[in-house]
Amino acid sequence: MAALTEVQSMIRDQAKTWIREESPVEKFRQMRDSGSDLRYVPETWSGMIEMGWPGIIIPEQYGGSGLGYLTFGLVLEEIGRHLTASPLFASALVGASGILIGGNEEQKQNLLPRIADGSAIITLAVDEGPRHDPYRMEMEAKKSGSGFLLEGTKTFVQEGLAATDFIVAAKTKKGITLFVVPGNEKGISREPINTMDSRGYASLSFSNVQIESTNVLGSLDEGSDLLDRILDCGRAGLSAEMLGTGAQAFDMTLDYLKTREQFGRVIGSFQALGHRAADLFGKMELSRSCMEAALRSLDDQASDIPEKVSLSKAKVGDFLYEMSNQLIQIHGGIGMTDEFDAGFYLKRARVIEACFGNRAFHKDRYARLFGF
Amino acid sequence: MTNNLDVFREEVEVWVAEQFPKSLVGSTMGLEGETSEEAKADFELWRQRLADKGWGAPTWPKEYGGAELSDAEAKIISQEMGKQGAFNPIPLMAGMGVTMVGPTVLEYGTEDQKARHLPGIASGKIRWCLGLSEPNAGSDLASLSTRAEDDGDTYVINGQKIWTSGADISQWCGALVRTDSSVGKRDGISFVMLPMDQKGVSTKPIQLISGISPFCETFFDDARTDKKELLGPLNEGWSVVKRLLQHERQSQTQARSPSASSNKPSLQELAKTYVGVDSAGRLDDPDLRVRLIEHLMDVQSHSLTVGRITEEARGKVEVSAAASILKNSATRVAQGNSELTLELMGNQGVGWEGENFSADELSNVRDWLWGKAISIYGGSYEVQNNIISKNILGLPETTQKG
Ligand SMILES: Cc1cc2nc3c(=O)[nH]c(=O)nc-3n(C[C@H](O)[C@H](O)[C@H](O)COP(=O)(O)OP(=O)(O)OC[C@H]3O[C@@H](n4cnc5c(N)ncnc54)[C@H](O)[C@@H]3O)c2cc1C
Repeated sequence: MAALTEVQSMIRDQAKTWIREESPVEKFRQMRDSGSDLRYVPETWSGMIEMGWPGIIIPEQYGGSGLGYLTFGLVLEEIGRHLTASPLFASALVGASGILIGGNEEQKQNLLPRIADGSAIITLAVDEGPRHDPYRMEMEAKKSGSGFLLEGTKTFVQEGLAATDFIVAAKTKKGITLFVVPGNEKGISREPINTMDSRGYASLSFSNVQIESTNVLGSLDEGSDLLDRILDCGRAGLSAEMLGTGAQAFDMTLDYLKTREQFGRVIGSFQALGHRAADLFGKMELSRSCMEAALRSLDDQASDIPEKVSLSKAKVGDFLYEMSNQLIQIHGGIGMTDEFDAGFYLKRARVIEACFGNRAFHKDRYARLFGF
Repeated sequence: MTNNLDVFREEVEVWVAEQFPKSLVGSTMGLEGETSEEAKADFELWRQRLADKGWGAPTWPKEYGGAELSDAEAKIISQEMGKQGAFNPIPLMAGMGVTMVGPTVLEYGTEDQKARHLPGIASGKIRWCLGLSEPNAGSDLASLSTRAEDDGDTYVINGQKIWTSGADISQWCGALVRTDSSVGKRDGISFVMLPMDQKGVSTKPIQLISGISPFCETFFDDARTDKKELLGPLNEGWSVVKRLLQHERQSQTQARSPSASSNKPSLQELAKTYVGVDSAGRLDDPDLRVRLIEHLMDVQSHSLTVGRITEEARGKVEVSAAASILKNSATRVAQGNSELTLELMGNQGVGWEGENFSADELSNVRDWLWGKAISIYGGSYEVQNNIISKNILGLPETTQKG
């Protein structure tokens, strides 16, 4: 764990206790079993808003606390540990980063306070196909009068059902442009996508959606750099959540190694398993360093953000992939039962792995950054 | 604080620029046989200047030949030397002295032992070896059988050690010996220091797969050492050696990735040269490319972890649990580097000697072979995993006899 400031330690401790008490995995199970459309527990989200979490990266002048990405990551790690579903990541990290980095003063004043107080849920609509490929898109924004006409579809949009507004990436005449689009605009329709992690994904279709030039986020035709920056904020946050999920899976597994007995001894006394645990512990610690460095680079607005972020998403991804498989394997038959929580961790691990670029995507990107 | 360090950095820069003989820039420590008389003289001059300054072992107390500097200051010295092509040869010349024996003597030694042994180490004049391993006591070091018997003022030592690095060129040896065989195997062991230049000690070099012969079989045949050379209490050598091995591990956690630390081309540049790139600028071997990426990620995550542990440790006494993974992680980085280098060089990567191969190609082969030792000494890869699983994760001991 990074050396934390007093405020950071306080927020982490608060997150630890609150999530353990108010949002244990049991709550997530109930939500899944109820088949709720929202795909998160509204009271949980309200509780987060009360504690000010949606404002963590938003500067005080816009209604937040301006504590930065590392602090946000500490909360996300705890969320990952207990699989808490909420719009926090999609809106208060990704959406808010979009407005913070790309927004003009008016957009910031308009949207950031509403993200911070939870009255707006702003999420990024970028992917169109089965794999994350942010620069390849069919969606178009054609000049129409003083504004644009949006036409196309987006898929796997996080919290796409709950969102009040979208940040939409579309092709314009000379490049890619991002737009902030209210969700209730005429011509937008949403369909839920049932993913195995029971979260609120949606596909969106835009048919002849008329928007104004004031809806442009950042500069016309120059959205790809901005998109990259926003995605990198999201990817760093995801890796914090993923590390939390993996760390919890590790703790559950270690606990089982110490308590389950076979052949007259605890299974953790078998060296094959002891070494597997030691190896996973090593991978967890190494990937934690990468994750913290990525969040730090965002806070420092460092020049190596893409490198650190891809390193983090790939390294944490490697760890979580293996850890989630071992979580099942080391629990034996009980790991396969729906009644036991392990399955939730495995399912979430694969969904979040595919989100905003999987390991292969980030390894390739890392190599490109180093010129090979 | 930072300011003081900046001032210190400038002082070091100036001092090195003035004192380091330019003839030695880029030389490989001057330890190889064929150096000229002139180079040898310059080398000796540089050693003496460093020793006078206390910079051979800069963090040690001044009275024992150090300069009482902080770890941060010591790091600055090696960084500034690196920038100017300079180096500190004393740790190499002292064998196991600077990295292991010295710190342990500082902790366990009597005033007399510190005063007699440390200055020789800090100046690089006395080389030390370590006689721990035996033919039948490797990972299970506590099963050693070399014994020391009480003979009035001295101990008389009999037995055999193996893999003793530098035994044939060392003046002193720190050895683990059995002083009581009536008790449990860890309880009757002591740590003694003995002079190597005596009738009862003989050494026989062993050649390694890399062609060099850095270590020996060491035979003690009525070897003697004065009783005042017992380090730590009698029969408590196991605690002493545990500390000593901690110092060893500490000195091994810095991943030495040769291409990262010198001005040699980076691994990815080498790969482009030997393998070529496709029309999109990607390395023209997709499988190698992925493994190269994963290696570079290992390198970066290792160094970020070293940095994180250092930061976490600031102001705290206990070592972070993450520190336990560094030896194996450093091993993966170092071995991965030379494996990949060997592979990407293709047929040029497998030379032994001769004109067909460049110096870098040949040295990589030797580095690669030598590097296989990293996962064996200092607690093997598997033993490290045992330590993590037992001491850090709290899993049961797996190494007791059934
Ligand atoms: C280059 C080099 C320099 C050295 N320098 C010195 C020196 O200066 N002084 C000195 O005293 N020694 C030195 N050594 C010796 C070194 O410390 C030993 O080689 C090491 O302790 C391993 O012992 P061993 O070689 O007997 O292997 P063994 O202990 O016999 O190990 C054989 C294999 O069994 C595995 N193994 C053993 N026990 C376990 C277990 N409990 N669980 C799982 N796997 C296990 C090991 O990991 C290894 O793979 C050096 C070794 C090398 C290679």
